[in-house]
Amino acid sequence: MASDTIDIASILKSDFEKILSAWLRVQAREGIKRTDIISAEETAKQSRDLLSAIARAAEDARVDREFDFGNPAWDGVRQTLGEISKNRTERGVSPTEMAWFVSSLKQAFFTPLRELLSEEPSKLVEQITDATRVVDNFALHAFDCYVQEREAIIERQQSEMTEVSAPVVKIWDRIVTVPLLGTLDSFRAQTVMENLLQAIVEREAEVAIIDITGVSTVDTMVAQHLLKTAAAVRLMGAECVISGISPKIAQTIVHLGVELPNVVTRVDLQSGLAYAFERIGVSTRLNGL
Amino acid sequence: MNDETWTISLRKPADVAHARKIAMQALDAAGASAIVKTRFVTAVSEIARNAIVHASSGVMVIGMGRLNGNRSIIARCEDRGPGIVDTNAALKDGFSTGRGMGLGLGGSKRLVDRFELETRVGEGTTVVLETRLR
Amino acid sequence: MSFSADLGSSPIVTITGCVIVAIRDDLDDSAVMTLQNQLVDEIARKNAHGVIIDISALEIVDTFTGRMLAAMAEMSKVLNARTILVGMRPAVAMTLVELGMTLSEIETALNADKAMMMISAERDRARRE
Repeated sequence: MASDTIDIASILKSDFEKILSAWLRVQAREGIKRTDIISAEETAKQSRDLLSAIARAAEDARVDREFDFGNPAWDGVRQTLGEISKNRTERGVSPTEMAWFVSSLKQAFFTPLRELLSEEPSKLVEQITDATRVVDNFALHAFDCYVQEREAIIERQQSEMTEVSAPVVKIWDRIVTVPLLGTLDSFRAQTVMENLLQAIVEREAEVAIIDITGVSTVDTMVAQHLLKTAAAVRLMGAECVISGISPKIAQTIVHLGVELPNVVTRVDLQSGLAYAFERIGVSTRLNGL
Repeated sequence: MNDETWTISLRKPADVAHARKIAMQALDAAGASAIVKTRFVTAVSEIARNAIVHASSGVMVIGMGRLNGNRSIIARCEDRGPGIVDTNAALKDGFSTGRGMGLGLGGSKRLVDRFELETRVGEGTTVVLETRLR
Repeated sequence: MSFSADLGSSPIVTITGCVIVAIRDDLDDSAVMTLQNQLVDEIARKNAHGVIIDISALEIVDTFTGRMLAAMAEMSKVLNARTILVGMRPAVAMTLVELGMTLSEIETALNADKAMMMISAERDRARRE
């Protein structure tokens, strides 16, 4: 690369502070208005970090037509973008604001390029095209990071919610129960099964009661999941009781043609518990249960 | 990302246990949960045994990858056996041409996140298993 | 109590007429077959009335091992011994169910202690009658 070439690498070297303050001005005008979420100081710091990373990478990597974001020289930029994205996603920054943050860098590059290349319009067009491509790649990467981070948050919340909504309780010595509420999708069914089986080991339970009183709909898939859970409970050496089979659910199960072989079913939790007591040899006459 | 791969040649029944061991070590090193490990390694065991029983030999390559943005483990098993004539039937529970009960192929598919089966009659079969580490 | 066989490190022990096998971590196919033979020998030799197979060390039970376990239970039954499978890990139970292998013909218990109680309770009942 000739030393007199004017491109983003050269202007970053000669006019770093100028570009940074121009970028911050553009951001203040059009970018992030939510200073309640990200303070002006933080924005300034993140912008400086990113611009420094770009300046460092541009010394070794090409920023012209041959620009290749896959080049390891850009690793630092990718990492910084990832950190900023993560930080902003966690604070609840919107996708538009995130995209603007990076894209607004273009305008900061354009001003010095326009000044330095005012005599050479064809070179100016070329440099603007290259700079646009480079910044667009950064913006796309930032957006990828943003989406990934959002997905991770959703997954984490989903699993936390599942934990909370399906607690396995030791209801009596050697008896555990899990009351199910709401809808039972595959993901939740899997978690319920895992939790229940783990509780059987930890509590040395001989009977596991799954109470489906609170389950809104029982279709073939839900019935399949219940059957699988019952089979797994038996393999571990415990007995599975499904309680809370309302008359409506009983009808549905028969209509669906689902068979529940080797699974004990009871109308409500009380009768399920009575059955469990009988199995482990506890007398239930005492307190009028 | 880890580019290391492990190649296991499948000739005798003891090689199935070897494939299980390699897959288990890879998952242990990656910090996978008990359920992820057991499901994936069981699928590896079924597919490796299939290669030995139906094709008398094969090669399995195990490595790490990425699936939908998550780290994953991949096992690719290739044999030069007779191939599978009816893949739909083979994936159904209860279908078996050998001594088994026919739970292996369809069962393995249910144990992993991604399952690919490519087969040409008279040329061989390739099965790819992939599961996210979560 | 007597140690009759030690295959690799899967010991077979007979206590008061009850054969206990603790399967060690991951057996290859031929070791599974050998174990099966030794178990049948042991039942016949000791005239055992119960068999407890402890698989708590196993992280993997595939359809081959599953079928072998079912076969062992079947053979013991022919030799008039009741078989109980104990100690299956949660991950193994879930995987077997996903494979469609529910082993419904084998009795199960949480651990060897509970299985021992089940077997001796039945024996006491038989004696009283």
